[in-house]
Amino acid sequence: MTQGLAGVPLSLEPLTKKDYTSDQEVRWCPGCGDYAVLATFQSMMATLGIKRENTVIISGIGCSSRFPYYVDTYGMHSIHGRAPSIATGVAISRPDLNVWVVTGDGDALSIGGNHLMHTLRRNVNVTIMLFNNRIYGLTKGQYSPTSELGKVTKSTPYGSLDTPFNPVSLALGAEATFVARTIDSDRKHLAEVLTAAAEHRGASLVEIYQNCPIFNDDAFATLKGPDGVLISLRHGEPIVFGGGEYCVIRDAQGEIRVAPTADVDPSHIVVHDETRTDPSQAFALSRLTEPGVLRQAPIGIFRRVERPTYDDLVRDQIAAVKADDTEAALKSVIAGSATWEAHERPA
Amino acid sequence: MADQLSLDRVVIRFAGDSGDGMQLTGDRFTAETASFGNDIATLPNFPAEIRAPQGTLPGVSSFQLHFANFDIVTPGDAPDVLVAMNPAALKANLRDLRKGGVIIVDTADFTKRNLAKIGWAHNPLEDGSLGNYSVHALDLTGLATGAVAEFDLSRKDASRSKNMFALGLLSWLYSRPVEGTLKFLSEKFAKNPTIRDANIAAFKAGHAYGETTETFEVRYQVDPAPMPEGRYRQISGNLATAYGLITGAHKAGLQLFLGSYPITPASDILHELSRRKDLGVMTFQAEDEIAAVGAALGASFGGSLGVTTTSGPGMALKAETIGLAVMTELPLVVINVQRSGPSTGMPTKTEQADLLQAMYGRNGESPLPVLAAKSSTDCFDTALEACRIAVKYRTPVIMLSDGYLANGAEPWKLPDLDSIEPIEPNFATGPNGQGADGKDVFLPYERDPETLARAWAVPGTAGLEHRIGGIEKAARTGNVSYDPDNHELMTLTRRDKLRRIVADIPDIEVDDPSGRARVLVLGWGSTYGPITAAARRVRLGGRDVALAHLRHLNPMPANLGDVLRSYDKVIVPEMNLGQLAVVLQARYFVDITRYSRVRGLPISLSELEVDLNAEIDSLKEEN
Repeated sequence: MTQGLAGVPLSLEPLTKKDYTSDQEVRWCPGCGDYAVLATFQSMMATLGIKRENTVIISGIGCSSRFPYYVDTYGMHSIHGRAPSIATGVAISRPDLNVWVVTGDGDALSIGGNHLMHTLRRNVNVTIMLFNNRIYGLTKGQYSPTSELGKVTKSTPYGSLDTPFNPVSLALGAEATFVARTIDSDRKHLAEVLTAAAEHRGASLVEIYQNCPIFNDDAFATLKGPDGVLISLRHGEPIVFGGGEYCVIRDAQGEIRVAPTADVDPSHIVVHDETRTDPSQAFALSRLTEPGVLRQAPIGIFRRVERPTYDDLVRDQIAAVKADDTEAALKSVIAGSATWEAHERPA
Repeated sequence: MADQLSLDRVVIRFAGDSGDGMQLTGDRFTAETASFGNDIATLPNFPAEIRAPQGTLPGVSSFQLHFANFDIVTPGDAPDVLVAMNPAALKANLRDLRKGGVIIVDTADFTKRNLAKIGWAHNPLEDGSLGNYSVHALDLTGLATGAVAEFDLSRKDASRSKNMFALGLLSWLYSRPVEGTLKFLSEKFAKNPTIRDANIAAFKAGHAYGETTETFEVRYQVDPAPMPEGRYRQISGNLATAYGLITGAHKAGLQLFLGSYPITPASDILHELSRRKDLGVMTFQAEDEIAAVGAALGASFGGSLGVTTTSGPGMALKAETIGLAVMTELPLVVINVQRSGPSTGMPTKTEQADLLQAMYGRNGESPLPVLAAKSSTDCFDTALEACRIAVKYRTPVIMLSDGYLANGAEPWKLPDLDSIEPIEPNFATGPNGQGADGKDVFLPYERDPETLARAWAVPGTAGLEHRIGGIEKAARTGNVSYDPDNHELMTLTRRDKLRRIVADIPDIEVDDPSGRARVLVLGWGSTYGPITAAARRVRLGGRDVALAHLRHLNPMPANLGDVLRSYDKVIVPEMNLGQLAVVLQARYFVDITRYSRVRGLPISLSELEVDLNAEIDSLKEEN
């Protein structure tokens, strides 16, 4: 499925990671999860087979939003929260471009929540990488809309009182057609999910769990440690994890929950289907993410469905009615339907 | 048969309840009048509420038309004729009517209860209080209902045809051509033949009523006005703005992309451009004002001409993105159809109080060109000019219109598209510099030595890949730079780029027919009409006054300082508390006499005439 890139010219020569590496010095903190995402992205881009000059990366503000500077394509480092709007303008007006948005949990879900929601709803053909480190990094350590309740930060010395967002649930609620989650430490999974997202025609949201070693170190350590579980979602496969010890079932009440595999009838194990038109099962799976300290979270593609994209529809509407001779049509529009002739008369 | 009397000009105001169709009636009368060849100027005035309570003063909607056999520039202050469809419309507009004026009033709603609703204890039609006017009290509703009796209409629908009856009567009274209205009604109600036929019947009945009854002893004739030879149409400021934008993009060979969010009184530009898919116009109704301008800037980054349209509160929201456009040096046209502020202010009323916001309303040193249209038709030329400057200099441009220009209409001589100069985007197509290693590279902030416009390479151009953004740019390379000297250099460069635009701006022209004027009246934006009209009267009264009008508010014409200094007194009438005056005083160290009116209406020309006379006379007394 390479529809997402239909219209983007193909490269005549094979490209490499190096071609997607700009001459700018990368300035993230040592140990930042962003490095792994950047490297994976640069390699992944080379595999798409498209022309390098036809990629545009738009970012907002925050640590992750420095991303465009480091990729040798066209790019814009824009305004806090507004990258999806700017990318929408690029995508509507240029069907030949591969458009990316790079954003973070503060940028996308706090100040830019409105734009994220509407871009997903419209299904504009852009791919959004949401770096979620559950903290404000660039402003030096305040809690974010994905920080757990009770989180102690500089701006919440007595603990955060805000209920966090689940970005995957949010995206599914906003009618997103492609919703996935991946993690900075698993480059293979990251590359796989990003490729699928790029190839999806429509708005793709990829939440990337990304570690901030300075202000929120080890936010995902429990998840990756011996006490945590990553529930890997694979299309067409039963959802089983923890070395087969656990699985996801739909219980007698119709709810999706985790159960020990040994205790359930194998026919009750949920077989993941990312193409279900109804988003309720994907939503139920997204709720298996713990809202507090992360011990359990599904990763993979939650939803991948086809729906006409806003930008295609805009262009189709114009193509259907556009005059062959726009100059003549413009003259006729300007003249309007009711004109009169004036002749020079003495005043 | 009534006698026919020739007049040189008439100001007529239609007033009624918000639901009475007064805007439509006014529009149609205007169209008839324009096609007849009179010069026209209109002033629609309506409440922000869609339907305020019936029969109340806040619910009154009106439409004023000034038409003449000579060149006019304002919709006029005092109506000669008031058509009032109910008591509230009479009360709300009576004080504006000139003494001896004509009142045509629908008596149907003059009940005790309706009179009490607006605080009238007595019926003014009976108590002699309208003795100073020529009153025609007619049961327009009853007459209209009678005229449409043959159609199977509800009582409500039947009485709604009263506006067409009134239009028919007025069309007869002022000898207007009726074919256009008949055609209009046939087309507008084509899908509902009963309503169509009823409206046409009411219109014809109104016309026949004037002809056959002896209510009116005189019928008026206003001859066509002399106008430069050519083909004309009637156009509102918002429509002219939309056409100017389309023409600008067309002349530049660029895709026009509008990102907008509905707001009064700018929405009609969005509406018109959304209809113009036949011309390839792309429109995007965004989730908010910020996304609207963001998408427009994104489209510009992609090589389109990005445009956003809004009004005051929307401008406040767009400020940050306009700042990004200043920093990224991309073309962007921002249209602000000003309305009364602050905050929500009076959404349907006009004002000019966003000038300082346009000039300075962003963080940091962020200069950008500001233009203002002086009349409804001038919106076309100003929008076109905004496109030209935006593309040529790679800069956001703010065009100021206002509610009065947006909704008001004038005759417009159709422009000759072929004679409009093309706009050259001059996209970068190859490397324009050398890197440290001697290799050819693309420097996105390399500038045209003349205009200081930066190189604009659009995505998809091989070898010119680059990144831009809101962080300060290193000169030439455009790389992120926090170097103190570079920041100062770039700040000065952005300022100097704006100054280079002066070379493209014609000198300001002074209109001083006698050459003896000591007082200069300088206007900007829609004050053009009232100032010009008031000055004519001042001159007719034997006094000398000079006029000048600014389209380019930033940068200003090169000769403006000299012009200001060559008069003993400079008066700047504005619909704000002296915003242009502040700028002129700071820039040219000249004494400016402020003339401020903030009533949500155009400046009154008769009031301005009196005040200008006094200013001129006081100068004489001093010497």
